[in-house]
Amino acid sequence: MDPVMLSRWQFAITTVYHFFFVPLTLGLAWFVAILETTYVISGKEIYKKLTKFWGKLFLINFAMGVVTGIVMEFQFGMNWADYSRFVGDVFGAPLAIETLTAFFLESTFLGIWIFGWDRLPKALHAGAFWMVVLGSSLSALWILLANGFMQHPVGYEIVGGRAVLADFGALMSNPRGWYFFWHTIAAGLATGAFFMLGISAYHLFRKREVEAFRTSFYLAAIVGLISSVAVGLVGHAQGVYLREVQPMAAAASEALWETADPAPFTVVAIFDSTGKKEVWGIHVPYLLSMLYYNVPSGKVDGINNIQAEYEALYGPGDYIPVVALPFWTFRIMVGLGLVMIAVASFAVYMRYKKWPEKLHRWLKWGPLMIALPYLANTAGWILTETGRQPWIVHGLLRTEHGGSPSLTGGMVLISLIGFALIYALLMGVDVYLLAKYARAGISSGGEGAASPEPSDEYDFTGAGK
Amino acid sequence: MNLNILWFDIIAFFYIGFMVLEGFDFGVGILLPFLGKNDTQRRVIVNTIGPHWDANEVWLIVAGGATFAAFPAWYASLFSGFYLALFLLLFALIMRGVSFEFRSKTPFPAWRNFWDWAAFGGSLAAALLMGVAFANLASGVPVDAAGNYTGTFWTLLNPYGLLGGLTSVAGMTLIGALFLTLKTSGEVLERARSVARRLWLPVVILLAALLVATFFFTDLLAQKGIAGAILPLVALIALVAAGYFIRKQRTGWAFACTAAGIAAAVASCFVIMFPRVMISTLDPAYSLTIYTAASAPYTLRVISIVAAVFIPFVLAYQAWAYWTFRQRIKAEPEQLTY
Repeated sequence: MDPVMLSRWQFAITTVYHFFFVPLTLGLAWFVAILETTYVISGKEIYKKLTKFWGKLFLINFAMGVVTGIVMEFQFGMNWADYSRFVGDVFGAPLAIETLTAFFLESTFLGIWIFGWDRLPKALHAGAFWMVVLGSSLSALWILLANGFMQHPVGYEIVGGRAVLADFGALMSNPRGWYFFWHTIAAGLATGAFFMLGISAYHLFRKREVEAFRTSFYLAAIVGLISSVAVGLVGHAQGVYLREVQPMAAAASEALWETADPAPFTVVAIFDSTGKKEVWGIHVPYLLSMLYYNVPSGKVDGINNIQAEYEALYGPGDYIPVVALPFWTFRIMVGLGLVMIAVASFAVYMRYKKWPEKLHRWLKWGPLMIALPYLANTAGWILTETGRQPWIVHGLLRTEHGGSPSLTGGMVLISLIGFALIYALLMGVDVYLLAKYARAGISSGGEGAASPEPSDEYDFTGAGK
Repeated sequence: MNLNILWFDIIAFFYIGFMVLEGFDFGVGILLPFLGKNDTQRRVIVNTIGPHWDANEVWLIVAGGATFAAFPAWYASLFSGFYLALFLLLFALIMRGVSFEFRSKTPFPAWRNFWDWAAFGGSLAAALLMGVAFANLASGVPVDAAGNYTGTFWTLLNPYGLLGGLTSVAGMTLIGALFLTLKTSGEVLERARSVARRLWLPVVILLAALLVATFFFTDLLAQKGIAGAILPLVALIALVAAGYFIRKQRTGWAFACTAAGIAAAVASCFVIMFPRVMISTLDPAYSLTIYTAASAPYTLRVISIVAAVFIPFVLAYQAWAYWTFRQRIKAEPEQLTY
C-alpha cells in the first residue's frame, strides 16, 4: 500500500468532512448575530428566543467544525512533510496568522457568548458573537489565501530548492485566493440560509410557532436568494480567471480535449475507463467561448494541447487530472446552485404573497432542500482540488512528491480507518442532535444549552449522593 | 534582533502556555467521572472549564502553526515523525472536544456517561501523549540526514518518554484538582481538595525522578553543566511550594505554584533543545537547528510583525474572559449552561 495514495484519500475524506461543517458555521453565524442585534435594538423577546434557538444549532455544528479543523492543521505536517518542507516558508505564514488572529478570536468569544448570557450587558453579549462572525470569516480568508497559493503561486522565489516568500503583499492579494474567499462566504451564507429555510418550513408546515418561524423563513429566503445568485456570479468570474491562470484545470472541468475557437460547451459526457477520452457527449456550440469571452468566439485551450505545452515546459509526464472528476463535480455544483436559486425565489415569492394556503403543501419539501448547499459545497471542493492535479503546488511540486518519507502504508491505513470511523460516528451524533433540537422548536429550547431535563437521579456510581 | 531565536521562544511560549492552560482542562477531564458522582456534579465540573477549554486548545494550534511558518523543516520532521502519536492525540482531542458540547444534550444516562468517559479518556490520552512528546524532543529521536524520523511509534514509549508522560498526567491531574477547588463548592470541592492533598507528593516524586532521569537521558549536563539544573529545580521547588500552600488551604497560591512548576518543566525541555529543534540520536550532524530548519528572514520578519500586533491583544481578551467567569460554579441545574 502506497502511503502517498492513502494520504491522498485521507486528506480528501478529512477535508470534505471538515467542509461539511464549516459553511454552516460561516453562514449561520451571520444569522445569529443579526437576530441577536435585532433583539438588542428592539428589545423584543421573540428575537432573543430566535437567537437562542438558532444559536444552539450553531453550537452543535461549530463543535464539529473545530475538532475536524485541528486534524487539517496537523495533517500537512503529518502526511505531507516534503510538501511542508518545500512550501512552508510561504504557506506556513497565512496558516500561522489564521491561528493567531482568527482561531483565538472565535473560540474565546464563543466561550464568552455561550456562558455569558446573564453576565454581560446585552450589547456586549451580542458584540461577542460578532467577534465569532469576524473570527470565522478571517479564518476562511487566511486558509483560502493559502490554498490560492497552492493553485496559483505568487510572491515567491525558489531558493535552495524550496519556495521562499518574496512578497507578502502579492500573497495576500492573489486574486485566486480572493475569488475563493468571496465564493466561499457566499456559499456559507447560502448554506446557513437553506438550513434556516428548511427547518422553518418544517415548523410552518405543521403550523407551529408561526410568527417566529415566518420571521426566520423570510430572513433565510432573502439571504438565500441573494447569496445563491452571488455565489454563481463570483463563481463565474472565478471560472473566467481560472482559464487564464490554470488552463488545464479549466479545460478539465469542461472536458475540452482539443483547442477550439469558438469552443463548444459540453453539457454531459461519458468517458472511457481511463477517464481521459470522451466516448459520447452532448455539446452546445459557441457556448464555452461565450462563457469565457462574452462573445461567441474566442480560443479556449484544450487538454491535449496544454499537456504538450506542459511537457515542453516541465519535462515528460502526465499533467492531465482525472477529467471525469472536475467535469462532473462542476456540473453537479452549478446544477444545484441553479436549483437553489429557484427554491429561494419560490420561498421569497411565498412570503411576498403572504403565505397563500394553496402553496402551504410545498413547505413539506423544505427540510429536503437543506441538502442542496451541502452537496454543492462538497462538489465544489472536490472540483477545485481534483482540477489542480497532478500538482500540489501548481507548476512547482507534484502531489506524488509531497508526501512524508517516514510513513509506511500501514501507519496511514490506521489513521485513515481511524478517522473514517470516528467521523462516521460523530456525523451520526451530530445529525441526530441537530434534528432533535431543530424539531423541538423554539419554546422548548429554553435557557442555556443543556437538555431541558437535568437530573439528579443519574447516579453514575450506584452509591447514591 | 535574532528572529530565529525570537521564534523559538515564541513557539516555546505557546507550547508552555498550552501545557498550563490545557493542563487544568485535561486534569478536570481526568477527574470528571470520579469527582462527579451524579449528573449535576458532573455538569458543574464540565462548566468550570466550559468557557475556556476551546480557547486554551488554540494555544496548541498556534504553536503548531507558528512552527510551520517559522521552522517548516521542524514542523515536517516532527509531525510526520511522531505520526501515530499525533493521530492518537487528535483522536483524543476530538472525542474530548465534542463531549463537552454534546454531553448534556439528551437526558439519557448512558449517553451522558459515555461522553463523560470520552472526556476522561481524551484528556488522559492527551496529557500522556504530550508528556511523552516533550520528553522525546528533549532526549532526541532517530532522525536521518534528510530530517526524516527513522524510529517507530514504540520508539517514543521509551522509559524517559513514559516517565515524561506519567509526570504530565499526574501534574495535570493535580492542577485540575486545584482548579476545581477554586471553582466549585460543596462535595465536589471537598473531593477536589482531597485529591490535591493526596496527589501532590506523587507529583513531586515523579518530577524529581524526571529531573534525575534528565541528566541521564538528555545532554543537558554536557551542554549546560550543572547550571542546566536550575530551571528543572525551579519546577521542583514550585511543586514543593504548592504542597505547602495546599496544606495551608491557600488554593490560589497552590494553583499558581503548580502552574509555574508545569511551565518551568516544559521550558526546561526547550532549554535542553536550544539551539536545536529536532535532536537526532543517530548523528548530531543530522539534528535540525533554529537556523537550518528556519524560514528565510523575510518570512520571519512578516510573522514577527503580525505577532507583535496580535499577541498582546489576544492575551488581553483571554484574560478578560477568565475575569468574566471568575465566580464559583453553583450546583444549581437550571443555571448550568453545559
